[in-house]
Amino acid sequence: MSTGLYTQLLDLACGAFLLAAVIVLWVRELTAIVRVFALQGISLAALAVLLGGHEHRWDLVGVGVGIGLLRAGVLPHLMRRALAVLTADRQRYGTAATETRETQPLINVAASLLTAALLTLLAYAVARPLTELHPTPATRALPVGLAVVLIGFFVLVTRRRALSQVVGFLLLDNGITATAFLATSGVPLIVELGVSFDVLLAVLVLQILTTRMREAFGTTDIDDLRELHD
Amino acid sequence: MSTAVGYTAVAGQIVVVGAGAPLLTGWMRQVRARLEGRAGAGVLQPWRDARKLLRKEPISPVGTGPAFRTAPALLVATTVVAAALVPLLSTDTPVSGHADLIVVVALIALGTLVLALAGLDTGTAFGGMGASREMTVAALVEPTILLSVFALSIPAGTTNIPAIVHGAVDEPARLASPAGLLATAALAVAVLAETGRIPVDNPSTHLELTMIHEAMVLEYAGPDLALVELGAQMRLTLLLGLLSSLFVPWGIATSPSWAALAVALVLFAAKLTLLGAVLAAAEVFWAKVRLFRVPELLAGSFLLALLAVTASYFLSGAS
Repeated sequence: MSTGLYTQLLDLACGAFLLAAVIVLWVRELTAIVRVFALQGISLAALAVLLGGHEHRWDLVGVGVGIGLLRAGVLPHLMRRALAVLTADRQRYGTAATETRETQPLINVAASLLTAALLTLLAYAVARPLTELHPTPATRALPVGLAVVLIGFFVLVTRRRALSQVVGFLLLDNGITATAFLATSGVPLIVELGVSFDVLLAVLVLQILTTRMREAFGTTDIDDLRELHD
Repeated sequence: MSTAVGYTAVAGQIVVVGAGAPLLTGWMRQVRARLEGRAGAGVLQPWRDARKLLRKEPISPVGTGPAFRTAPALLVATTVVAAALVPLLSTDTPVSGHADLIVVVALIALGTLVLALAGLDTGTAFGGMGASREMTVAALVEPTILLSVFALSIPAGTTNIPAIVHGAVDEPARLASPAGLLATAALAVAVLAETGRIPVDNPSTHLELTMIHEAMVLEYAGPDLALVELGAQMRLTLLLGLLSSLFVPWGIATSPSWAALAVALVLFAAKLTLLGAVLAAAEVFWAKVRLFRVPELLAGSFLLALLAVTASYFLSGAS
């Protein structure tokens, strides 16, 4: 693969990765958010496969394929199932929409989009000294990973539905993984496997927690958890 | 010889935008009518409307001042100057040295501003409301247009539009980068908002709850109304032309020759016909966004433009 084509494809994968994070902030339907998250998983996998192919490290390609299966296949499937459970018994009352939409985030959508712009600029400013240490196409894309970390954190802080918080957590993790790939061409295989299982378990636990929350309170609105601390 | 071709190109751009704008509007209405299962009024209908309006007696409402009376002429004049500057047919014209991005955006903004002032000058509730809405939209749209073209001007190293277009013709890879794609999306949304097309404003209704552009021009009649409509149509043509020149620049004449100019003219007409048909077809399927959701859409397109600039600067610009 020629260097020019590699750079182009890497930039394209990074652009899609960042764009998916931004679109998660933009849309309200949880099903659409899960779909966008799956697309982000695909672009992350493409990133890993590209890096592995460029440096002829086949273990990295394997890790990339594994990440693609986990983040574009398994995790979205789990979230979709949680969503189906949440709305299953509400279909006949026509109130399913209140559970499947992020109707009122703490910060409105226009303001959170502008915040995402500021966070991206912050990521570029912070990553500048790191990029200058060893400027290659991969390290130059490092701010993209940091920006997704920040945006994921922002989603985690401002969204109210339990499932969109899960998506925020996973965005954060996607960002960390992308930063690891771009900065060091991938962490050792065993660490990557550990992190992946950790994420999978976290999502499983959160899925059960979400279902329990809905059974206890009738909603997954995080604000209702205020009742808990006394 | 070369200056003759250059001046012809400038004149050609003005004539194409001026005479072609009503045809483009008619074409878009016709496509839309056919898709909705209606017969349609024909491509020439906007010209017939203009002829009818021009024959009427000029009337201006009691109590309106010079802002109201000069606005239609100023609107058309700013658009004509912008049409002469933007490289629609040729990048090598006598005025291409002055065709800076910021000048063009300022001219477009000036047209928006005079129309808003005219809306305020009438002193009616609708005029003021339309002006206030138009300014809300414009305040978000102008930075988006500037930023999305900046994303393309970083690889070119200049904000001169003909130079950007010339560079893109030589190096098509610039447009296929993430920066180019994001900038295309951002500029497309900005153009839709600036020309008052469907997700932001519906040009074919006069429903008081939703109208933006129509609310400002409600008091115009006769020849003034004809000018205002011509101005709005020319702005649509100009901005779609700008979009096509920046992102599909192939075919624009880069050297002073008559043959290249003729090819550019044919291709420009083809590009705009296609773009207009696509836009009209999309409008059939879209619904108008609620007015309070418009800032959300525009903030999104601003963010896309900003991402385009950062991507263009950091990912490939430094290499």
